[in-house]
Amino acid sequence: MSADEPTAPTAVAGSWTAWLRRRIAGLVPSGQVLPDRQPVYVASWIYVFGVLSLASFVVVLATGIALTVRGSLWWHTSWVGHFVNSMHLWSVELFFATMVIHLWGKFWMAAWRGGRGLTWITGVLLFVASIGTAFTGYLSQSNFTSQWIAAEGKDGINSIGVGAWFNILHPAQMLLWHVALLPLVVGVIVVWHVLLVRRHGVVPPLDARSRQGQGG
Amino acid sequence: MAVHAYSVSSGHYLDWGVISVSVTNALIIATMIVVFVLALLLPFPHDPDDSSREPRP
Repeated sequence: MSADEPTAPTAVAGSWTAWLRRRIAGLVPSGQVLPDRQPVYVASWIYVFGVLSLASFVVVLATGIALTVRGSLWWHTSWVGHFVNSMHLWSVELFFATMVIHLWGKFWMAAWRGGRGLTWITGVLLFVASIGTAFTGYLSQSNFTSQWIAAEGKDGINSIGVGAWFNILHPAQMLLWHVALLPLVVGVIVVWHVLLVRRHGVVPPLDARSRQGQGG
Repeated sequence: MAVHAYSVSSGHYLDWGVISVSVTNALIIATMIVVFVLALLLPFPHDPDDSSREPRP
């Protein structure tokens, strides 16, 4: 190695960058961020629904960005706008359907086993945050449906004491919650959830150990 | 408790005590349950001699 080639940085005691570098490098075991090998028990359709939720979420985000850029006149009046608006709706429907089937599968295999408690909790948070994001989306359609939903839902929101901060009769506030705040919350929890899955590995079926013992 | 079906201008609903669900939503939930069961039962296509899969502790 010549003297001109860069060398690996050495950690300096008390350096916050060195501390942060070690934390980032230690988030996921080596080779598990995007693995090309999976355990044998992952060869089942029930293990597909987590990544189907993720794929649906990508379509939700992409179509949502297009709707944000072009605005409500576009999605109400042009055929391309109608198409993207429908893509946004149906990708949300698929997101929830696949996420709920993913939830059923993980619940019945007790997916919080083996130190995966936080993975389960982040999944719960993700489900709740997604419901709030979808709700503000239905309130942001700028049509009679969104008006009716807001009028019907206001008493429920007021009854839990948050109406002063989360006013569903305020379309601009709901739109900003929907396009700025809540997608950020959902996106951060998605990354957190996926990192935890990669950190702890995919949960094995309940009988994986006994089947392996039988040579299955 | 019997399940009653009735229709209003916005669609058809199933009424079961305190539970009221539209026929459309009930069909979607039923379809999701069918997909869930099929995901458990249907074999996943893969090469049984595939050496790229390995058990992980």
